[in-house]
Amino acid sequence: MAGHLEETPHAAALGMKVERWGEQKCTLRVPYAEHLVGDPDTGVIHGGVITALLDNASGMSVRSDESSAERVSMATLDLRIDYMRPAAPGKDLLADAHCYRITTNVAFVRAVAYQDDPADPIATSVATFMLGTASAPRL
Amino acid sequence: MKLLVEMRNTGRAQDMQALLASIPYARFLGVSAVRMGNEITTVLPFRDHLVGNPMLPAIHGGVIGAFLEMTATVQLLFDNQCERLPKTIDISIDYLRSGRPVETYGRAIVTRHGRRVANVRTEIWQEERGKPIAAAHGHYLLTPL
Repeated sequence: MAGHLEETPHAAALGMKVERWGEQKCTLRVPYAEHLVGDPDTGVIHGGVITALLDNASGMSVRSDESSAERVSMATLDLRIDYMRPAAPGKDLLADAHCYRITTNVAFVRAVAYQDDPADPIATSVATFMLGTASAPRL
Repeated sequence: MKLLVEMRNTGRAQDMQALLASIPYARFLGVSAVRMGNEITTVLPFRDHLVGNPMLPAIHGGVIGAFLEMTATVQLLFDNQCERLPKTIDISIDYLRSGRPVETYGRAIVTRHGRRVANVRTEIWQEERGKPIAAAHGHYLLTPL
């Protein structure tokens, strides 16, 4: 299942790795890297990296079994992120996502981004995904 | 921020292109800025490493979020002299259309500018201004001089 991230060019560019995946949950990691820095004075990682990590982990939690990963096409409807504190420089970022409800058309996901301890979050998010979307771009 | 001080001292306080060029993550995405009067338009050229769904292909939702956030930050820094970069408190993103493999543009509107907090709406689009691919509203913590 880890192959999923290698097929996502931006996830690969961020160095994203799967830690755990299954049962409507997904944990991803982004290793600290210089090119992800948002403030060169402090070395703190840019908020956009956290956005990408939360978005990717949230989406993968919806498709947490191999059969649905193949079958269901989906699109992010919205993503709301609250930033609690800056990420400490030099440390990896992790995100735990949990798809707590799937209806016929919509999946609902909560996620948290952290470094050492999920109880001391950098950011939390809620997202909704539309399921069974067209596989061609919407124009 | 050292760069903000240096930009002020050399009379380039509103040179957002120089600011973006100094931020490693902005360089990694390839974001630049064009000024028209008092409005900044951000530009994100398409590059392969921005793709989230290679089947469509579509730009990664995280890149879209980051570009929306950066567009807001750059407009806030253009409007105000700040000690540090604005900190995002929260951002709420609506994904409207898939981001196709072409150039993307962004524009931010500061709806309320308080002393410590600014409310900002941002829209990004591709070929047609009237068909945004994503919109966001967010709150940003400011450190005015």
